[in-house]
Amino acid sequence: MSSIGDYCAVACAELFRGDGAIMASPMGPIPKLGAQLAKATFEPDLILTDGVATIVDLEGRKIGWMPYQRVFDMVWSGKRHVLMGASQIDRGGNQNISCIGDYDRPKVMLLGARGAPGNTACHPTSYFIGRHSRRIFVPSVDMISGIGVDNGAFEIRAVVTNLGVFDFVSGAMGIRSLHPGVELADVVEQTGFELHIPEEIRRTRAPTTAESEWLERLDPDARIRGSVQ
Amino acid sequence: MSRVFTHEEVVAQLWSGMTLGIGGWGSRRKPMSLVQAILDSDLQDLTVVSYGGPDVGMLCAAGKIRKLVFGFVSLDSIPLEPNFRKARQSGALEVVELDEGMFLQGLRAAAWKLPFLPTRVGIGSDVMRTNPEIKTISDPYGGPDLVAMPALSLDAAIVHMNRADSHGNAQYLGPDPYMDDWFCMAADKAYVSCEKLGLEDTCSHRFLLNASMVKGVVEAPGGAGFTECVPDYPRDEAAQKAYAKGAK
Repeated sequence: MSSIGDYCAVACAELFRGDGAIMASPMGPIPKLGAQLAKATFEPDLILTDGVATIVDLEGRKIGWMPYQRVFDMVWSGKRHVLMGASQIDRGGNQNISCIGDYDRPKVMLLGARGAPGNTACHPTSYFIGRHSRRIFVPSVDMISGIGVDNGAFEIRAVVTNLGVFDFVSGAMGIRSLHPGVELADVVEQTGFELHIPEEIRRTRAPTTAESEWLERLDPDARIRGSVQ
Repeated sequence: MSRVFTHEEVVAQLWSGMTLGIGGWGSRRKPMSLVQAILDSDLQDLTVVSYGGPDVGMLCAAGKIRKLVFGFVSLDSIPLEPNFRKARQSGALEVVELDEGMFLQGLRAAAWKLPFLPTRVGIGSDVMRTNPEIKTISDPYGGPDLVAMPALSLDAAIVHMNRADSHGNAQYLGPDPYMDDWFCMAADKAYVSCEKLGLEDTCSHRFLLNASMVKGVVEAPGGAGFTECVPDYPRDEAAQKAYAKGAK
């Protein structure tokens, strides 16, 4: 029996399908698990780092160097796919990680724009949200850090949440698939803007046997997958 | 000629109102002993340019910063920097918030004595709305408009390296040089604190800074404070936690 965490990990892995030998930059445990799963199965050429400045293979062996200056070369050349988090996302896929509230005197200061403007302008970007809610999916973001499809994004490939997978093929955020057991009404209720809803709601695919085996190897006690409810 | 100074001699060459670049990244290899010397001085009204960590937080808390040029401020293992947040949420801090890569292009433009460098990074984002002084230019070859990222020219820069000699040649021995070479080249004068005077016999690419980029060197064992300075020492997580707690 697969958990929501399993579905999220597989959905994150699927984001990288077809990417080949580019740098995958997953931020956070579930995205990292997804990228490792993709590399272990259908995208063996994906370039993953140890999270610092070293390219590593799935066994953790050092195979290359990726200091920040080189990361920017990867970003600007388009040879990267980032899977980021977000404090806010709107209907066009604009993302905010900078601050909440009035820009000149924010109610809550967060990280700052970081590399989000550059990532979204130069190469494919996806998002993972562990807890799908109206706090995250808002009518308009307070500060556009990452640009959406309506602001010239290179490609917002998809948003994976604990409820489903969402994409922008209609020009605004819409449902690609819902995880098993998730009701459409709940998704609509937890999203602060109008979602594009296809005529037929697809379900996120379950892990294959081989993928389940890899997930057990990469996340032995399901500590990472158990973090998503 | 020896360029070895004390912390106080370096601070004596800085002035209130200046633009100061600080090397390192987040809570990694930050020149914290030089930052402490600034905290202990009368310097004020600084424009600080930094991939920010506790350097920015401490200078904010002491009221030393008038204007901050940044892409993020973070303690890495503690994602949000409490003193920076406090300053920002009070509305008192003037900011120029940039994409991390725009920031690097700004340093490069300054290093190369160019008024700006073109980039597609920033277009469409609120980095352009909140910084109306940053302009776009049309591509003379007919492509889409680009951001003309202005030079981030620094009056001075401070960076912390693992090793240096008295001439200003300096090495990083950890995995990442960060942008320390660009900070030094973007500055009129750059000061390097180092864990130890004396260079290691190691591969050539570790010699990040040469004498042309460096005005002064300070020997400062433990000079990165609680920030990471591998292989000399890892981040002192307990000390960082205590600092963050004290800020709340």
